[in-house]
Amino acid sequence: MKARVFITLKNGVLDPQGKAIHHALEGLGFGGVNDVRAGKLIELDLAEGTSDSEIEDMCRKLLANTVIENFRIERLETA
Amino acid sequence: MNSAVIVFPGSNCDRDLAVALEQVTGRKPHMVWHRDTDLPEGIDFIGVPGGFSYGDYLRSGAMAARSPVMRAVADAAGRGVPVIGICNGFQVLTEAGLLPGALMRNAALKFVCREVPLRVENSQSLFTANYNSGEKIAFPVAHHDGNYQADEATLDRLEGEGRVAFRYLDEVNGSARRIAGILNDAGNVLGLMPHPERVIEPAHGGTDGRRLFEGLLETVNA
Repeated sequence: MKARVFITLKNGVLDPQGKAIHHALEGLGFGGVNDVRAGKLIELDLAEGTSDSEIEDMCRKLLANTVIENFRIERLETA
Repeated sequence: MNSAVIVFPGSNCDRDLAVALEQVTGRKPHMVWHRDTDLPEGIDFIGVPGGFSYGDYLRSGAMAARSPVMRAVADAAGRGVPVIGICNGFQVLTEAGLLPGALMRNAALKFVCREVPLRVENSQSLFTANYNSGEKIAFPVAHHDGNYQADEATLDRLEGEGRVAFRYLDEVNGSARRIAGILNDAGNVLGLMPHPERVIEPAHGGTDGRRLFEGLLETVNA
């Protein structure tokens, strides 16, 4: 079973990397980009039956720093 | 004073801190490996050094904060043993929940490596007893993730309780309210991005850092 964890900076937390990417996109002539926020994607290959609460626990204890980051878990259907 | 310096894979200021402590205290600190689960008996002071523990994987300090030795460090801190986290050590202490807030990428995205002027905001702590409040001092900084951030309520609490120990006099890394170093609520844990252990003797270009360790030694021995 696989799951994806998306980690994003909380609203209001300054994102210097997102800002730099935004700047570079404008430098390349891409207009119409209002804002850029950079985050992380972590893919987990998990034992069958791993519960949502266990994955949330992993996020709270290590994968995300909840002082500055939010996380969202997406389970992937196994083929 | 019996001190311990924690060593993680990727620490690189552990030796500097050990040399500074030996010079000031006259005793060699115990070097404690990150996989140890206990600290040596009778430790009066713990230093979490600078560097790039675990290659800054995931987030600076994130892996080190979950290593076995940090449980022993947290227990000791809870008993009132003074703990200092310098640079990466500050990042480790925030990730471990021993200090509030987080250290993010420098606002200008540049690694900052230079001497910076600081103001001592609180001279009443274990670590700052040998400075005067409002005194201007200079420590070197060398970091990429020194941008201190916390929510407004936390920042107000830190200011109100005198827990901002050091503040940058100039813009350095984007830190909220130019905070360079903070204390925990009990006052026995200090985290700061600048490096006091690099200004211990005149040959270093300054001795402002020596007084931090001397003040601590006097308080611990008192």
